[in-house]
Amino acid sequence: MPEGKVLGKPVTRLEDQPLVTGRGRYVGDINFPHQLHMRIARSVHAHAEIRSIDTSRARALPGVFAVWTSDDIPEVGPVDFRADRASEVLKPYRQPVLARGRVRYVGDPVVAIFAEDAYVAEDAAELVDIDYSPLRIIVSADEDPGEFEPGRTTEAAFLTHTFGDVDGAFAKAHKVIELDLHTGRHSGVPLETRGAIGRYDAATDILELHGAAKVLHRNRDTLVNMLGCNPDQLHVHESHVGGGFGIRGELYPEDVLVLVAAKRLGRPVKWIEDRYEHLMCANQGREQHHLARVAVDKDGRILAMEDKIFHDQGGYVRTHGYNVANRTMCMLTGLYDVPAFRAVTHYRLTNKTPCATYRAPGRFESTFVRERLVDAVAAELGLDPVEIRRRNLIRPEQMPYKLEFDEANVENLEFDSGDYPLLFKKALDMFGWNTLQEELKRRRAAGEMIGAGMGLFLEEGGRGPSDGARIAVDSRGGVEVVTGGASLGQGFETAMAQICAEALGVDYRKIRVIHGQTDRIPYGIGAHATRATVLTGGAVHVTALAVRAKALDMASELLQLPVDSLEIVDGTVRQRSNPRGPTITLGDIAKRLAPGSKVLGGRQPGLWAEEFFNPKDTVFPYGVHLAVVKVDPGTGGVTVERFMVAYDVGRAVNPAMVEGQLVGGCLQGLGGALYEEFIYDDQGQPLAATLADYLLPTLGEAPDIEVLITEDAPSPLNPLGIKSAGEGGINGVGAAIAGAIGDAIGRPGAIRRMPVTPQRLRDILRADGR
Amino acid sequence: MSARVNLTLNINERDYAVSVEPRHTLADVIRDQCGLTGTHLGCEHGVCGSCTILLDGEPVRACLIFAVQCDGQEIRTVEGLSEGNELHPLQASFRDNHALQCGYCTPGFLMLAAGILERNPSISDEDLRDVLSSNICRCTGYANIVKAVRAAVAEMGRR
Repeated sequence: MPEGKVLGKPVTRLEDQPLVTGRGRYVGDINFPHQLHMRIARSVHAHAEIRSIDTSRARALPGVFAVWTSDDIPEVGPVDFRADRASEVLKPYRQPVLARGRVRYVGDPVVAIFAEDAYVAEDAAELVDIDYSPLRIIVSADEDPGEFEPGRTTEAAFLTHTFGDVDGAFAKAHKVIELDLHTGRHSGVPLETRGAIGRYDAATDILELHGAAKVLHRNRDTLVNMLGCNPDQLHVHESHVGGGFGIRGELYPEDVLVLVAAKRLGRPVKWIEDRYEHLMCANQGREQHHLARVAVDKDGRILAMEDKIFHDQGGYVRTHGYNVANRTMCMLTGLYDVPAFRAVTHYRLTNKTPCATYRAPGRFESTFVRERLVDAVAAELGLDPVEIRRRNLIRPEQMPYKLEFDEANVENLEFDSGDYPLLFKKALDMFGWNTLQEELKRRRAAGEMIGAGMGLFLEEGGRGPSDGARIAVDSRGGVEVVTGGASLGQGFETAMAQICAEALGVDYRKIRVIHGQTDRIPYGIGAHATRATVLTGGAVHVTALAVRAKALDMASELLQLPVDSLEIVDGTVRQRSNPRGPTITLGDIAKRLAPGSKVLGGRQPGLWAEEFFNPKDTVFPYGVHLAVVKVDPGTGGVTVERFMVAYDVGRAVNPAMVEGQLVGGCLQGLGGALYEEFIYDDQGQPLAATLADYLLPTLGEAPDIEVLITEDAPSPLNPLGIKSAGEGGINGVGAAIAGAIGDAIGRPGAIRRMPVTPQRLRDILRADGR
Repeated sequence: MSARVNLTLNINERDYAVSVEPRHTLADVIRDQCGLTGTHLGCEHGVCGSCTILLDGEPVRACLIFAVQCDGQEIRTVEGLSEGNELHPLQASFRDNHALQCGYCTPGFLMLAAGILERNPSISDEDLRDVLSSNICRCTGYANIVKAVRAAVAEMGRR
């Protein structure tokens, strides 16, 4: 086995040195000579016909180089879905790069200005005159659908997920409990806004996109289809990325514009979004209305679940198609053994910012719904919330557990491994759940409005189909790992270096990890949907083992020792039983493997390898969130006194980074549960378009989050057993907080809408005469 | 646009002769004219604190101040924290305590903490949390930032 012993250790990150010294390179930090600055004039109407656009005053401003409307780029089609999300029925709902004839949300790009200076570009945008004729504005997916365009309604799709005999189960149920639930509209809101730079090199006929993130290769593939060039003519480059959370790095209209403009105008074109734009234009998510019901027997065992969902998609369908709605439905039963299930989604467009994936897409929402239902059952039957969950959890002996849907076009799921009751027990024990109940009773008796809640959840990650890596050792022993992965700040380089170091037997600090550069590797899975560590990590592992095998083969010949007697420690090959005996470094082996080397023999030159990892299926990590909250009855304010996340990640590559993901995710979830909401008025005007209105949690709102990371159920689907860690921190937060608030105010089912703002909670208390 | 003004910005003990429009923010001039891109812009309306720098020793939001207001004042940015290759205790502590993920807010937090600790090395936990709550981090959940600053206080006391 490899000797590195760095896998699983909380080592410090390779990324940090430039970041703590101010030498990072985010897209805003990148400049090219003679670059132009792009500014977008955006719709101020939520839904309107564009009657005319007058750009003459903007064009006349000194320093303005060009001004474009959609008429200037007739050849550029709408922003396409990713290759793996193609859906004919949704295609008419894609977003044009610049609005054509109609605007559909406040912030919709209408005119692009290119100027010598960013300040001048912004001045010019204010000189654009657009004449609008207002149309009916739809601000809720609950409203009757309207007309998207002649012959097409705003209900873009009606989706179903079904298994089992749902009607039979409801007919024979001991109790049926129904809830009307809403998840609010929020989003990732990374601290760095979006940005993109297009640059065309006529000497090589290569177009470059800088500032890309998340899914570089897939975006390249989408872009080459849109722009009509070949993949080798479009290089997509990732720089440092100031947070992703699912929303950064998707393809947006501005990414396409800088490329088209760079080529046509013959100068690099830089676009940096401001925060106001970000909060109106970058992908949002979560906004759903659920009419959910559950059928149970007299012991509280779930017989069936049913859900009717109204999904608010906003003004257009973006790169994911209806993925979030589908993930909501297929993950709704979660880690419970539910015999029958039916969910339907009215996937509707509204005149608000378009939506797509935000960290744990569909899962944050469905966990809220599922756990609200379970809490309601417990209250109705007078059962303990812990006990009812125990009774319904999928048992370890049922693994792998299959969810097979009736619909031919719906993907079946197979939960790879897990011991859900064990993690639940460990979490409750660590939290001191039983003694906590006594304490809560005492404090309630003393007049405090205090309670506890829980959210049990299932996650999904490591979706294939495949990812590759190329690892090369140079003549001085330097190791370069080239991946098609991406880094959004999660510590990708460190994790890949640890995996490589462990397999190869080198110091992880001497490994350079390349990611997000489409000119360095032809394929790449990127960093999305909790994939990177499983997929790219798997590829790095198998590739590092191939390099190791090649190194040992050469070393065996040079040292005249059998291969299986050798080990690699700190980049040096030696005999395991005789560490002080003859040795050779990996750098020297690389020299002996150079082309033309006398000892090369029949070997392929160079100490390098390229391999692919092809997992057969998705992995399913799972977890538990527990919360204690205190409510101020006078203000409706909620203080989170304690919060805990317990998560089985299969195997933690770097426990400090896993914990960082979980704690950060929890606080982001608390934001969505209590503070953050994109509110719109009845005219579709966004009322939370600054950070003074869209409330991100600060340290003042952050509890000390307790973390339990377990490795009880390594995945059988990849060589390291990894299940990944990116999204579990946020998944069950809304559910746990809602349960805790309900417990605190003595009304277990009262919380039906997130975020639970002070106003909403006061309304609930007031209705109770409190 | 309005006429340019020539002035000298003293940043990290070095003079930068710049020519600015009165409307240019200090953050934009530091980044675009002086090439010190460690000062980040997160919101440009004074909420997030990513652009925090020290102006005559006081933490300020560089997005809310115009460059023309800073002629002759002593400006310190994240690039001035380390001495050569030796990291400032706060920088080392942020690395050692995994107090950053994407790193975008990090320079602002470092300068905020440096300004506060230079003024009050024996700051209480409560006051420290209060001060650090003026900047926003979207990745870490803050726990490790508090831990890192606390550990740096101990280290700075030893030096």
